Amino acid sequence: MSNAIISVEHLLKAYGEVKALDGLSLDIERGVIFALLGPNGAGKTTLIRILATLLRADGGTAHVAGYDVRRNPAEVRRRIGLAGQYAAVDDYLTGRENTEMTGRLYGLPRRQARARAGEVLERLHLADAADRQVKTYSGGMRRRIDLAASLVGEPDILFLDEPTTGVDPASRRDIWGLIHDLVDGGTTVLLTTQYLEEADQLADRIAVIDHGRLVSEGTAEQLKARTGGSVLELSVPDDQRDSAVAILGGVDGGHATYDTHRGTLVLPARRGANTLREALQRLDGAGIRPDDIGLHQPTLDDVFLHLTGRAPAPSALAERTMV
Amino acid sequence: MSNAVIHIGVITKRNLLANLRLPDVLVLSTIQPVTFMLLFLYVFGGAIENALPAAAQGEYINWLVPGILAQSAVFGAAPTAFGLNRDRANGVIDRFRSLPMARSAVLAGRTLADLVRNAFILTLQLGVGIALGFRLQTSIWHLLAAMALALAFGYACSWIMATLGLAMKNAEAIQAAVYLVVFPLTLTSSVFLPTSTMPEWLATFADHQPITIVSNALRGLTLGEGALPVGHTIAGEVLTALAWTVGILVVFVPLAIRTYRRAVS
Repeated sequence: MSNAIISVEHLLKAYGEVKALDGLSLDIERGVIFALLGPNGAGKTTLIRILATLLRADGGTAHVAGYDVRRNPAEVRRRIGLAGQYAAVDDYLTGRENTEMTGRLYGLPRRQARARAGEVLERLHLADAADRQVKTYSGGMRRRIDLAASLVGEPDILFLDEPTTGVDPASRRDIWGLIHDLVDGGTTVLLTTQYLEEADQLADRIAVIDHGRLVSEGTAEQLKARTGGSVLELSVPDDQRDSAVAILGGVDGGHATYDTHRGTLVLPARRGANTLREALQRLDGAGIRPDDIGLHQPTLDDVFLHLTGRAPAPSALAERTMV
Repeated sequence: MSNAVIHIGVITKRNLLANLRLPDVLVLSTIQPVTFMLLFLYVFGGAIENALPAAAQGEYINWLVPGILAQSAVFGAAPTAFGLNRDRANGVIDRFRSLPMARSAVLAGRTLADLVRNAFILTLQLGVGIALGFRLQTSIWHLLAAMALALAFGYACSWIMATLGLAMKNAEAIQAAVYLVVFPLTLTSSVFLPTSTMPEWLATFADHQPITIVSNALRGLTLGEGALPVGHTIAGEVLTALAWTVGILVVFVPLAIRTYRRAVS
C-alpha cells in the first residue's frame, strides 16, 4: 500500500519460547487514529517498541514514514513521538523544563524549544501548572505532560502505549479529546488499549491482536458486522452454565462463550429471531430456564469475545467503581 | 557532532538538577565519607600512628586523607548505576532511545554529571580533612594533580557502574553488588593502613589492586615520595594509576554503550 505511513510485514519476535509477534502484518494509513486492541500479552507493546526503534524484530520488516526501522532508525526517530505505559518524565523538573528538554533532544534550538514547549503546554491545558515540579501533578496531569514531551518535536506519527491506563475517567475523556485534536492537525496516532470503549470512541480503525497475530482489522462498525448480525445474550443459573454452553454448541454454527465480566453467555445469532427460537427450544429440552435472554446489536465486547474467546478488560469507566 | 555535544549538555544538566532538587542523596553520600574519616581518625588513628612512614609526620590524618579521597572517588561512581537503573525503570531511557539524539548522550551526560558531583564531594572532603589537621607536604600543583587523578579514576569507575546499572534490573541487587565488591576492596588496600602489616598473601593482592595504586599516587602527590612503599616513585605510581584509569575506560565504555543499546525496560 503506497499511502500507508506505517507498514508491517510478517513481523516476528520471540522471548525465549514465547512468541510475542507471530508473523504480524499491518498497514496504517496517514492521518488516522489506529488502535491495537488485544488482551495483555497479545503483542501490542512489542509491536509499538519495534516501530519506535526500541526493539529489533527477529524477522519480517517494518517501515515507518517510508523508512525501514532496522536500517534507518535515525530517520524514523526524527518523525515519531512515543508516550509509553509510564509517564517518562522527571519528577524533580517542572513541566516546562521536561518539555523543553525533550524539544532540545529533538534537535530544536533553545529559543524554538522554549516556544514550542509553551505552545504544547497550552494545548494540553498545562499552562497554569507548567512551572511547578511534576511531583506535584495528579495522575492525569502526568500523562498529559508525558504527551506534551512526545509532541514537542511535532512528530508525524505518535505512538501511545495504553495512554489512559490508570487515569481517572474525567482525565481519560480529556486525553481522548486531545488525541482527536492531534489527528485534525495531521498526526497519525497508533495507540494500544485494552479498553474496548477507548477503541470504539477514539479509533478510526482497529486491529484486534491476539497471540502475536492479527485477528481482525477494520472500523469498529466493520468489526461488529463481522461478528455476524445480532448477538444473543442470556444468563442462566451458575450451576447450569456448563451444560448450557454444551447444549448451545452448534446453533448457527457458532459456539456460546461465557463473558466473565458481564456474567452472561454470548452467542452469535446470524439468523436473529430464528436463532433465538432454536436456542430456547434446546434449553427447554434440557430443562434449563434462562433468567434472562435477549438479542442485541454486537458491541466491541462481543467482537473481542468472539475473536479471542476471552472477555476483554473491564470497561474503562467501570474500572473506577471496581477499585 | 555538535548535536551530540548539545545533547550531552542537556542530559548532564538534567542529571545535575536532580542533585540540587533532590538533595537527600547528595547529603547522604557526602555524610558517609566524612563519617568514615572521623571514625577511622578517632577510633583507629591512635593505634595506627606508630605504623606510619615518617612522611605522615606521625599524624594519621595525613595518611588518611589521600586514602579517603581515593575511596570516595570509587564510591562516588555508584550513583551512576542507580541513576541509570532508575531512568530505565521509569521509562525515561525508552523515551531517550526513541528520540533523534546521539546514542552516546545518555551515558556521557550521566557520567559527566556524576563527575561534577564527585568533584564537589571530594573538595568538601578535602576541606574537612584540612580542618581536622591534614597538612599538604608538597605544592598546590601536586594537590590539584592529585584531585584530578582521583576524579579521573572515579570517572572510569562510573563506566563500570553504568554497565552494572543497565545490565541488572533490580536496584537492590545493584546496591548489594556495589557494596559487596567496593567495600571489601577499599579495606584490602592502602586506603586506611599501610599494607605492610597485612598477611603476605593479602598484602600481595592489596599492593597490586587499583585502589591501592590510586591511594599511593595521591599520597605521593600530597605527602611526597617518603609516603610510598620503598622503591616506589611518585611518577611510577601516577602512571600506573593512569594506566588503570585508561584500561577501565577502554573496556567499559564500549561495554556500557552495548548494554545501553540492548537495555529494554
